This record gives sequence, C-alpha cells and structure tokens, in this order.
Amino acid sequence: MARNGKQTQSKAFRLINLWTDERSRGLIFQFALVLGLFIFIAFIVSNTIQNLKTAGMASGYDFIFDTASFDINQRLIEYSSTSTYGRAIIVGGLNTIVVAIFGIFASTVIGFIAGILRLSSNFLISRLVSVYVEFIRNVPVLLQIIFWWVILLALPKVRQSLSIGDSIFLNNRGVRLPSPIFEDGSLLVLSAFIIGILLSLGIKIWSKRRQELTGETLPVGIISIILIVVLPVLIYKLSGQPIGLETPVRGKFNLRGGFNVTPEFVALWLALSTYTAAFISEIVRSGILSVSTGQKEAARALGLKQNITMKKIVLPQALRVIIPPLTSQYLNLTKNSSLAVAIGYQDIVSIGDTVLNQSGRVLEVISIFMVFYLTLSLITSAFMNWYNKKIKLVER
Amino acid sequence: MNTTNLNYSGKSRPPPANTVGIVGWVRANLFSGPLNTFLTFFSCYLLWLIIPPLLDWTVFSADFTGNVGRDCTTEGACWAWLDQRIAQFLYGFYPAEAYWRVNLTILLLFPALAYVLFDNLPFSAYGRWFSVAYPFIAAFLLVGGFGLTGITTDKFGGFMLNLVAGLSGIILSLPIGILLALGRQSKLPAIRILSVTFIEFIRGVPLITLLFVAVIILQLFLPPDVSLDQLVRVMIMITLFASAYMAEVIRGGLQAIPNGQYEAGQAMGLSYWQSMRLIILPQALKISIPGIVNTFIGLFKDTTLVIIIGLFDILGQARVLQTNPDWMGKVDHETFLLAAIFFFIICFSISRYSINLEKRLDTNRE
Repeated sequence: MARNGKQTQSKAFRLINLWTDERSRGLIFQFALVLGLFIFIAFIVSNTIQNLKTAGMASGYDFIFDTASFDINQRLIEYSSTSTYGRAIIVGGLNTIVVAIFGIFASTVIGFIAGILRLSSNFLISRLVSVYVEFIRNVPVLLQIIFWWVILLALPKVRQSLSIGDSIFLNNRGVRLPSPIFEDGSLLVLSAFIIGILLSLGIKIWSKRRQELTGETLPVGIISIILIVVLPVLIYKLSGQPIGLETPVRGKFNLRGGFNVTPEFVALWLALSTYTAAFISEIVRSGILSVSTGQKEAARALGLKQNITMKKIVLPQALRVIIPPLTSQYLNLTKNSSLAVAIGYQDIVSIGDTVLNQSGRVLEVISIFMVFYLTLSLITSAFMNWYNKKIKLVER
Repeated sequence: MNTTNLNYSGKSRPPPANTVGIVGWVRANLFSGPLNTFLTFFSCYLLWLIIPPLLDWTVFSADFTGNVGRDCTTEGACWAWLDQRIAQFLYGFYPAEAYWRVNLTILLLFPALAYVLFDNLPFSAYGRWFSVAYPFIAAFLLVGGFGLTGITTDKFGGFMLNLVAGLSGIILSLPIGILLALGRQSKLPAIRILSVTFIEFIRGVPLITLLFVAVIILQLFLPPDVSLDQLVRVMIMITLFASAYMAEVIRGGLQAIPNGQYEAGQAMGLSYWQSMRLIILPQALKISIPGIVNTFIGLFKDTTLVIIIGLFDILGQARVLQTNPDWMGKVDHETFLLAAIFFFIICFSISRYSINLEKRLDTNRE
C-alpha cells in the first residue's frame, strides 16, 4: 500500500518524501549532525575566547621558546634550567619513551614466561603463577606504582646503601649501577657485535632458502651464538679489553662513580612491567591454547621433537592470536606511564604539568600531550600491524 | 604360551600403585620429569620464602592496638589505625551521621542489579522500573535535597568515591558505547567518521590527560556563569573514556554476527532500530560479555586516578594517613594492602562472575 502510494506520488514532489526516502533521510540526518557539531564547536570556541579574555590569559605556542627555569633530574639530551620550555617538553617525551621501551621489554619477557608456566603440567607452579596474575590484574596500577615508590624511598640512606656484589647499590635515592667506559678500540668491539648480528641474520635467511631447496638444515642457533657472542668477546680480549666498567665506590658521604637510576624510574618501571606482564601472560596462555591439539599430535606423528614442535608448529600459529591484543597491551603500558605524574617521575605529563603551571598556557600544553600520545599510539600500532602482516605471510 | 600374563579370573588387575591415588597424582603433577621436579622444588622454596614471613608480618607479630604510630613497637604490621581511620577509608569526609545514606545506596544496588541480570525474579515488572530509577535514587540519597540534608560532592571520598565514580561510569558507558559501535558501522559517512574519530582519539590518549581536561579546560569551554561540579566533570570524562573502549568491544561482537542475521532482519521488514534491538544486539552483547566486563573492571580500577587531580579516594586516604605525622613511616604497607584488598575483592569477584555467566550463556547457545 505505502509503496504503491509512494510510486504514484513520485512525480509530484512532496516534502514528506524527503523523510520517507531512505537516502534523503540519511542526508538530512547527517546534515543535522554536522550542523549541530559546528554549532557546538562554535559555542565552545566563543566561550573559550571570552573566558581567556576575562581571565587575562595569553594564548599561542610562542611560550615554548621561553626559559623554563626548573631542573630535570633524568635527561637523555642536554638540558639545564636555562633551556626553553620546548626543550623541557622534549626531555619529558624522551623520558616517557625510555620507560615505555624498558617496560615493554620486561613485561614481554615476564609475560611470556608466566603465560607458559601457567600452562605447565606442574600443579604447584601453575597455581603460583595464577595467584600472581590474578592479584596483580585486579589491583589498580596507580596503587602499585605508588607502592613500589614508597618501598624504594624507605630503603636505607646513601651512607648505608645496600649493595649487591659491591657493584650495584640500593638506597633511598635510587639504584646506582656500574657505568661502561669506552676507550680507544671499543668501536672495534661494537662493530664486531653489529657485524655478528647482521651476519647471523644473513645466514638465517640463506639457510632457510637452502632448506627449501635441499631439505638440509644448518645449526643456525649455534652459528649465531658464535657470531654474536663469541666473536666480539674474542676481539674484546685481543684488543686489550677497551670497554671497562666503572663500578660505584662508597665514599665518605656519597657514592662515587657509576650512574644513578632514580627511585621514580625504578618504581614506575617495576609496576608497569609486572602489571602489564600479568595481562600479557593471559594473552599468551589463550594464544597457545587456541592452537588445536591436532596440530601438536600431527607434529608428533611426523616425528618432530618437542622443542621444534613448539617453535615451528605451535608458536607461529599462536602468535597470530597473540599479536593484536599484545599491541594494545603495549599501548596501554605507554599510556599508563603517564601515571608517573603521581610519583614525580619527569615524563612528558609531569613536566608538562610544571610548564602548564608556570606559563598558564593550559590549552596549548594539553594539546601537546594529546598529539604526543596519539603519535606514539599510531607509530606503535603501525609497527605491530606490519609485524602482524609479516607473520601472516609466513604462515601461508 | 605364557599364561601368567593372561588373567582368566574375570577381573582386570589393578593399575600399578604408583599411578593412582595421591602418589600417582604427585608423580604426574609434580615430579614427572627433571624440569618438573626442579619447578616443584623452586615453587616450594618460593612459598617458604613468602608465606611464613607474610603471615608473621600481617598477623602474628602485628600490633592491633594503639593511638599513634609510636604505639606500634613490634616488627610486624601496624593495624592500630584501623579502628579510628577505617571510616575515612570507606566514606572519606562524608558526615558520620549520614553514613546510613551511603550504606543504603549500596544495599539498594543489589536488587537493582539483580533485576537487570536475572529474568525469573518475583515482581520483575516493578523491579525493572526500580533498576531504571536506581541511579536517580542513588544520586538523591548521596547528595541530598528534597528533605534530606544536602551534602556537597567534595565531601565524597574513600572507597565510596571509587564506587560512585565507577558505577556511574559503568551505567552510562554501556549505552554510549553501544551507540558509538553502531555509529562506527553506520552506512552514513558523517556518522561513521565522527564515531571513528571520537573512539580513536579517546583510545589514543591516556585517561590522565582527559582528567586534566576535565579539571582545567572544561571550565574554559563553558559559558562564564555556568560551573560544573568537580566530581561531575570527572565522571563525564571517565564515562567518555570507558565508552570508547566499550564501543570497540561491542564492535567486535557486532562483527561476529553473520550477515544473514542483518539480512533476515531486513527481510522481516524490521526497521534499523527494531532489528538492532531485537536481533543483532542481543546476540552481539552476549558474545562481548567478557570484553564488557573487562572494560568495567578497568574503569573501576581507573577511578583511583582521581587522586592526581586532588580528590581523595581510598588511595588518597591511604596517602593522607601515610603523611600524617602521627603515623608516618609506620603504615605505608598496611594502608596499601588494605586498599589493594578492597579492589581485589570487587574486581576478582566480577571477573569470576563473568566467566560463570559466559559459560552459562554458552550452553544456552548450543
């Protein structure tokens, strides 16, 4: 009925047709939405301009060239209190990246070990790991960050530092580690190391091609170890040990030598990596469980050894399931590192907060935060998507 | 033929003694190989390292009485503060004579939740309306007005603040998340682009920057004569944050529904909203339950972030006590442990419930 009516009336234009026709209704709907959004944004912008004017606040990004006049205790690039705000923010951004990289590395290692142990047939260890995972997962990460920080600050004073093997010292100002000293000839060792890595990568590709052609395998693992570890060590010994370690020494009032890692960094790193590792272990566990037992049985039927089954059959298939959620865990870790502001680790948010209070450019500073994190997110997910695609190709 | 191997008595011989019973279990699960044996001993060592000192610290050599930190003299934990401070941990600075209002709000939560989660309860027709009205009842009870003494939200604190922020976020983020997920799948480009931008933007930045926006910038966006309550601003941001994650979880569920279901809805002549409400969403939400619950748990844990912008939730109360001169240096671990236990109990039971629910719904589907 309605359809007939519509057809007979289709020649004569009627306003109601705009609403009954699905396409025009969609257009009207979208137009209204976009219009509403524009009005909303215009409302916000006009309010903001008015509020900024009445509060007498300046705006614009020129403040990044002003002198910061505050200190930062952990810096990867040169910075002093006479540097600009812009440089301070870059130092903060680098600090965020550093803690994220160390955290991602540690959480991956702990997470994979915990995930595999949780699947272990050993009753005791799998329960023990479950307790760790469940407890850590269900307690807020901010609580854990502050907890570790308070623990580290409660360590003995510098003069009574705890020492591990007289080379690592723990005290309430952080962890003092030996620092490497590079003398002449250290370049040789480093280049041997890099060449070793490149060579073993080349051998890996070549042996794979050879295996596809002839079916013969090479002991790639042993060759790689020789190239990457033994060769540089040999050169190191031969060239008269050009890389030394400067271990910290107890002085009268302070520790001398080595380099200091702040308690804030250690607390943030510990909390983030153990917290994220608990989530990663769950991802790894479900990834390995997602590979059907038929695959393992088929491998055994072909006579493959246990470790080769794991390496060539189970893990490649499990990784396909593991990678996408793993990416979002890495991103979560990076974003959670912004909680550093609660304990005063000088990451981008913490430094930005200081800049914001000093310069009063709230909108600008917060927009810098957001652009920074959005860029990091995009880069991480682009890299992981690339990796994900790569293992997908290998699998077919 | 060797007849000793054949048993003609009609009974099969029992399995070897070392493969059944406790001995068999221990052999199979703890000592089935060199690596396993090592792991067993290693775990035992770890347990021995952790459990006795922990028990000793928390219970056996702990102090339970005293008025200030100095009264705790033993090596163990100092629980003397619990007596006078537990109320602050739970209710913050909420007036003591109004604690019953918080308690009643939490008590009413259970029937409100039950009517949403279960179908076969008595009076379920009225119960549904009660669930719908619950947020308003809760707001009325907590803030007051209409006869009850008004209590400003800056008095909210302790675990109650976590519960209020978490629950309001949970209640609001689910519908917003559903709308965003549908928007992301929409055929209308403007709606799709807006949803995608919103979701990806919110997911790309940390919650703390959004809370900064709530505290510092939101006031700039509003007309000069309008001011929003601090807690409301925070709740808005937590809700928006959670709804972006919720949208992605529900999108996963929507994508898992075969196209035939959408087409069937159209073939039946259902409108878009009808087919969503009756056919697609019930299935999609069922699939996404684990993800939804995980988002809820994450949101609840994230409510601790309010301490960074100067509200005193349970973690904030712990910090207050830790920096109190009377207790300084004595209660660091104890207060954290208490706060952690509160979160653990709630989050762990929600996640267990979700696993349970998942299993139940799964058998229904087959």
